[in-house]
Amino acid sequence: MSILLTIAVIALIFIVIFQIAKASEYVTVLRGQGKGMRESNKINGALMISFLVLGLIGVWYCNDLYFGKTLLAYDAASVEGARVDSMMWYTIAVTGSAFIITQIMLFFFAYKYQHNDEGKVYYFAHNNKLEFIWTIIPAIVLTFLVVIGLRNWFLFTGEPPKEAMVVEITGKQFGWIYRYPGKDAAFGKKYFKNIDPATNSLGIIWEDKLSHDDVVSEQVMYLVKGKPVKLVIGSRDVIHDVGLTHFRMKMDAVPGIPTTMWFTPKYTTKEMKEITNNPNFVYEISCDQICGNGHYSMKGIIEVVDQEEFDLWMAKQKPQYLVNFPDKDPSVVPAADSAKPVIGMAAPAKKEKVNM
Amino acid sequence: MSHEVEIQVAGVATTHEAHGHHEHHEHHDTFITKYVFSQDHKMIAKQFLITGMFWAVLGGLMSVLFRLQLGYPDSTFPWLETILGKWAKGGHITPEAYYALVTTHGTVLVFFVLTAGLSGTFANFLIPLQIGARDMASPFLNMLSYWFFFTASIVMLSSLFVETGPFSGGWTAYPPLSALGEASPGSKTGMDLWIISMALFVVSSLLGGLNYIATILNMRTKGMSMTRLPLTIWALFFTAVLGVLSFPVLLSGFILLIFDRNFGTSFYLSDIYVNGVGALPNEGGSAILFQHLFWFLGHPEVYIILLPAMGMVSEILSVNSRKPIFGYIAMIGSLFAIAILAFLVWAHHMFVTGLNPLLGSIFVLLTLLIAVPSAIKVFNWITTLWRGNIRFTPGMLFAIGFVSLFISGGLTGIWLGNSALDIHLHDTYFVIAHFHIVMGVASMFGMFAGIYHWYPKMYGRFMNNTLGYMHFWITIAGAYLIFWPMHYQGLAGMPRRYYDFSIWESFKQFVELNRFISTVAMIVFAAQLLFLINFFYSIFKGRKVTNLNPWGSNTLEWTTPLRPGHGNWPGEIPEVHRWAYDYGKDGKEFVQQTTPVGEDESNH
Repeated sequence: MSILLTIAVIALIFIVIFQIAKASEYVTVLRGQGKGMRESNKINGALMISFLVLGLIGVWYCNDLYFGKTLLAYDAASVEGARVDSMMWYTIAVTGSAFIITQIMLFFFAYKYQHNDEGKVYYFAHNNKLEFIWTIIPAIVLTFLVVIGLRNWFLFTGEPPKEAMVVEITGKQFGWIYRYPGKDAAFGKKYFKNIDPATNSLGIIWEDKLSHDDVVSEQVMYLVKGKPVKLVIGSRDVIHDVGLTHFRMKMDAVPGIPTTMWFTPKYTTKEMKEITNNPNFVYEISCDQICGNGHYSMKGIIEVVDQEEFDLWMAKQKPQYLVNFPDKDPSVVPAADSAKPVIGMAAPAKKEKVNM
Repeated sequence: MSHEVEIQVAGVATTHEAHGHHEHHEHHDTFITKYVFSQDHKMIAKQFLITGMFWAVLGGLMSVLFRLQLGYPDSTFPWLETILGKWAKGGHITPEAYYALVTTHGTVLVFFVLTAGLSGTFANFLIPLQIGARDMASPFLNMLSYWFFFTASIVMLSSLFVETGPFSGGWTAYPPLSALGEASPGSKTGMDLWIISMALFVVSSLLGGLNYIATILNMRTKGMSMTRLPLTIWALFFTAVLGVLSFPVLLSGFILLIFDRNFGTSFYLSDIYVNGVGALPNEGGSAILFQHLFWFLGHPEVYIILLPAMGMVSEILSVNSRKPIFGYIAMIGSLFAIAILAFLVWAHHMFVTGLNPLLGSIFVLLTLLIAVPSAIKVFNWITTLWRGNIRFTPGMLFAIGFVSLFISGGLTGIWLGNSALDIHLHDTYFVIAHFHIVMGVASMFGMFAGIYHWYPKMYGRFMNNTLGYMHFWITIAGAYLIFWPMHYQGLAGMPRRYYDFSIWESFKQFVELNRFISTVAMIVFAAQLLFLINFFYSIFKGRKVTNLNPWGSNTLEWTTPLRPGHGNWPGEIPEVHRWAYDYGKDGKEFVQQTTPVGEDESNH
């Protein structure tokens, strides 16, 4: 019923508007086309200048309302992200001033040079000097932006510092799998036909001994504050994208073609809670490439901690190999008959495998 | 000066005499050959326009539906279930339906409305009329072009009704998602229909495009040298060239996709394990290959959409400022530069795919280079207004609105084209704001400007001005209210194509803003209905045009009879003696292209 009512009201509004418009057309005709045209021209001219003024106020007001809700309200959470932010400010300065100048010119001219009966137009077909000026100025300004941009681009896409830690992240519908290389700092090989969602979500080839200390997790990715991290990114099914908005980084996860990205976390999660004044703050990995109907819920969590905390956490992790083959776990040899792994002792045991 | 006023007064004299059916002076035309399988470029243009309008309404309605979800994620709307059935169980749009709506909205608006509806309409309508030709080079191919588009429309429409739903992997249709029915139900039958429809659409575009190029190059009337062409024709010419060179590449991409989907090839597929299905046999393909093929069309496509709008805006701004377009040659040069660069920047859509950094840097350079011809165009348009004598017809308002939107959306292109910034902003709401303003709304404004301006030539009647003014002011204010705040959502990192943000600590702070945007979107959509009413009402009841040249315009279409028949000019095709922009020259308000150059005339 209420639907019908709504439709009826909307239809009524349309009819009223339509009748008014029709009537005003008749009035214009009756009063003489010239006069009518002059009047509507005046109204539209006035609207032009009002639109300009209201629009610029609106731009300011919108900024006032929403700036605090953007990422620009506080520091980028990575060293490289800070460069993105500074580049953004230069770009805002350039495009913002171009925006204001050209919009003012556009609407002001429209207002100022609206039709008047004595109005003489200025036959002005071209002017090489003017055209040269507005070719060359944008070109120079853009060169400046390109230089800043490319310096950052080559830094971001270049090799990470040597001391960087490496973490592998693999997207799947609809979640993320993380893998740490373990003490040997190298990942074991994997092959997608080995994938078994229950025991081997990445399809790791266990014959490759490099894989024996690889830690696999689907929970939280731990990173170290101040330590560059290189992410090796892959996908198990369709294209996903590792979106790290607080770090200002993003890279597609493409099945069959590994990609990489690196950055240096600047603040721990705890510190960010204070900086953003949000006790629930958490670094989220958002999937930024449409990947199916669960795309919007494909969330990962990153916890940035300091080195000690990270080591403590790492020590508690059990390599996936040992999870799958508990009998291979040297730390449980004394109790070989009971297959129960002893958590916490796995870490020292790993040392034997380091010289792989 | 008052010349144009007189003309308009004359135009009113017989307004009220209501007429029944106006018998056309054309002979031996049956209903079928005149309105359905017509080979008259003007009728084909109207067919494109009205089909485009149908899709615009449907595509717009889709955006209203998914904005409903984004703006009111916690509310239920029982009437949605009535309309959509299982796609809105309990009055709540499902994720499947949401993604299908987003995808179809994108596809339909980009291809069916802003490509077929825009250049299909105005290339067909204006090219023969403005260059002085009786029809297109091949009226028959032209007719085929429309009917391929019509068939594509039917197929696309039918995909909305299949059991597994229409395609839902985004209008860019990236495989593997678009290749694997197991990965997304929308990629089953819905995707088959989507590809078939798009393939038919490509054929339609090619037939149209080749025709436009052939016509412009070969069929100009006597005296109409290329440098005397109105800018509309130049813009439509470059548009057609872009389409002809890039649509086949898209088709090749689709064909490989069809093979991957149906015949077990691995062009795009490799190393895939689908949940619940297991590992697929495909190895060695590259999912990125499709993106290159897609964007090789996809980027020029942006200009296929934008250039016709630019051309029409140039013409309309000049006519209604009563002043020549500023920098005619620079305008052609910048169109040319944009057309060339359009082919050399496609990978800027792929900065975060793992693109080779050196290659990426070249694409940055070329992309930002586009800002130079764009800046030239903007300053030239603004200078055209400067010291003019501006008539705010509805067409003129939309042309001014176009320039404003083009500036706003173009400037954010400088952000996104710079790869290091794009890493951060890619696939966020910032991108949505950018391309909706610069490509979507701006081109829509170009289209509206064209419709209001050439309506008298199309139907021999005027549209209602008051409704036109309301339409303009609501639409421009609404467009800014919808898309301007989206930049802020983008700067908060909010990803696009999310059904629900409530589970995200980083993105859930915009609940009120989303509601506001959705509400404005509905109002703006309603305002478009005003336009539709105005359009269809005026076809039958609009104020009649009684003057051959109601806008006091220089171009050739206004030398044809009020309602030109097939062939456009009853007698000889007029000869052209000058360029199209002699407005306000030597104290004359306007000098039509057919007027011979006088002895005492100053050079321009």
